[in-house]
Amino acid sequence: MAEFVIDSVPARLAGNTYNLDEDESHIEVDQELARRTGAGKLLERICPAHVYTVEADGTVSVEYAACLECGTCLAMAPDGVLKWHYPRGSFGIMFREG
Amino acid sequence: MSQEVDFEVIVIGGGVAGAVCAHTLAQHGREVLLIERGAEPGSKNLSGGVFYCRVMEQVFPGFVDVAPVERRITRNCVSLVNPGSHVTIDYWDKRLAEPVNAVSVLRAKLDAWLLEQCEEAGVTVMPGVRVDSLIVDGGRVVGVRAHEDELRCHVVVAADGVNSFIARQAGIRTKEPMKHLALGVKSVIGLDRTVLEDRFHVRGNEGAAYAMVGDCTQGVAGGGFLYTNDESVSIGVVMRLDDLEKSGLSSSDIHDHLLAHPAIVPLIEGGTLLEYGCHLTIEDGPAMTSHDLTRPGLVIIGDAAGFTLNTGLTIRGMDLAAGSALAAAEAIRRALDAGDFTQAAMDEYRRQLDAGFVGKDMATYSRTPAFLERPRMYTDYGQLAADVFHGVFNHDLTPRRRMLRVGLDALKASRVKLTEVMGDALAGVRAL
Repeated sequence: MAEFVIDSVPARLAGNTYNLDEDESHIEVDQELARRTGAGKLLERICPAHVYTVEADGTVSVEYAACLECGTCLAMAPDGVLKWHYPRGSFGIMFREG
Repeated sequence: MSQEVDFEVIVIGGGVAGAVCAHTLAQHGREVLLIERGAEPGSKNLSGGVFYCRVMEQVFPGFVDVAPVERRITRNCVSLVNPGSHVTIDYWDKRLAEPVNAVSVLRAKLDAWLLEQCEEAGVTVMPGVRVDSLIVDGGRVVGVRAHEDELRCHVVVAADGVNSFIARQAGIRTKEPMKHLALGVKSVIGLDRTVLEDRFHVRGNEGAAYAMVGDCTQGVAGGGFLYTNDESVSIGVVMRLDDLEKSGLSSSDIHDHLLAHPAIVPLIEGGTLLEYGCHLTIEDGPAMTSHDLTRPGLVIIGDAAGFTLNTGLTIRGMDLAAGSALAAAEAIRRALDAGDFTQAAMDEYRRQLDAGFVGKDMATYSRTPAFLERPRMYTDYGQLAADVFHGVFNHDLTPRRRMLRVGLDALKASRVKLTEVMGDALAGVRAL
C-alpha cells in the first residue's frame, strides 16, 4: 500500500476551505517591538499554518489568509507584538472535518 | 427587573458548551439567542476527537444513536514511543460499548447537528456574526455588541472558547501563563473502511483511541494522539507552549515527525489527507477554573473558563464543557425566575459546578498538571521501559538474568536515578 505522503504546509492548507476577507487582515505586527524582542523567529516556528515569515530586512510578514485561528501566536508572543483578533463574522477558516 | 431586553439570555459561541447551555434553557421555555462567528455552524471548531459523552444523554436522550458521532471507543492504547521502539498498553473492553462511554467525533459535523437541535428547541441561532464586546451598565453585563448591532439581555453566557476575548474583557481572565496552554496540530486522514477496521482491530461501529508520549513530540511535553473515525483517523500532537518555546522546534515539524514515525507509518499508509488544522488547548484547567467565573449578568463556560483535564491517560474537554453548561443553565434559570442578576445570583453557577462531576473532577485532578511537568515523562521513561523489555525478550545467548536484575541494570544505564523513579511514582499516585 502506498505510503502516506506528507505535503508541504502550504499544499495542505490549499486543501482546506477558507472564506477570505480580502479587505481586512485580523493580524497586525508591531514591527519595531518584534525586532527588539526577536519575536519573528518564534512566530515563524510555532505557527502551524506558517502565517509568519521573517523577511531579509528583518520585518515580519503576515500571510493572514492562511490562519487557522488557533490563537497560539497571541498566547506566545511578547506582550504588544501582536494585535490579533478573530476574523470578522463568517470569514476565515471553515473546517469541514474539525 | 422590567428592563427591555431583546432576549433573556445571549450565548456567545456555538461549540458543545454554548449549544448545551442554550438548548437546556430553551427547553425550559427561555428566550435564548446563540451567536456563532462561523458562517456555517461548526466550521470554527476543532477537537482532538474523543468525547466522553455520557453527560450528553441528559440533554439529548439516545445521543450516541441520534447524533452524528463517528465510532464508539472500545479500544484504548497508551504508548511510550522512542525513536526505534515503543511500549504499549492495549486495552479493549466490550463494557466500554455498553453503555457507550466515549465516541470519536468530528466537530464540523457534530456541532452543526447540535445547533440544529438548539433551533428545534426554540433557540434563535445567529451564525456568521462575531461578538466584539460586552455592554456593561452600572457594573452589570447587559448585552453584547456585534458589528453595529447592540443586543440586550439579562444574562450573557461566554462560551467563546480557549481564547475567550469576552472573559478577558470582563476582567475574569488575563494572559494565561504559557504552561497552562498547549497547541494541538491535527491531520484528518481518510482511510478505506475495511482497511481501517482491519488495521485497528475494530468492527462495526467500534473504534480505537491512541495516546502516545515521548519521541512522537520529539520530547516536547504533551503527546501524540490518534483516533479512528468512521472512515478516517484524526492524528496529531499536543505541545505545551512553554516547552515548545524552549525546544526551538517548529510545531508543524513536530506534527510531521509523528506522521513519519516508524510506529505510525503503517497506521496511515494508503490514506488521503482530508484536513490539516490546529487548536489551542488547556493544560492546567484546575488552575484556570480556580478563580471566579462570573460577573453580574455574565457566566463563562467550557474552554472559555478552562474546563479541560489532561489526566495523563485521558484528555477531557467536551464532557466538562457540557457539564459546565448544565451547571450554568441551572444557575441562570434560577436567576431568571428570581429576576436577580447580581454577583450573588451568578455565584449559584459555582455551587452547581461543585455539586456535580465537573467541580469534583477539577478538584480531584488539581495536582495532575504539576505532575505532568516532570520532563522525564516525555523522554527517559519510554526508553527505560523499552530497555527492560529488550532485556527480557532479546535472547542473545548470554546467560539469562532475573527480571529484577534486568530492570535495575536498565535503570543504571539510563539517565534516570532510582530516587527519581520512586519520587515520580509517589507523586503520580498522589496526582493521578
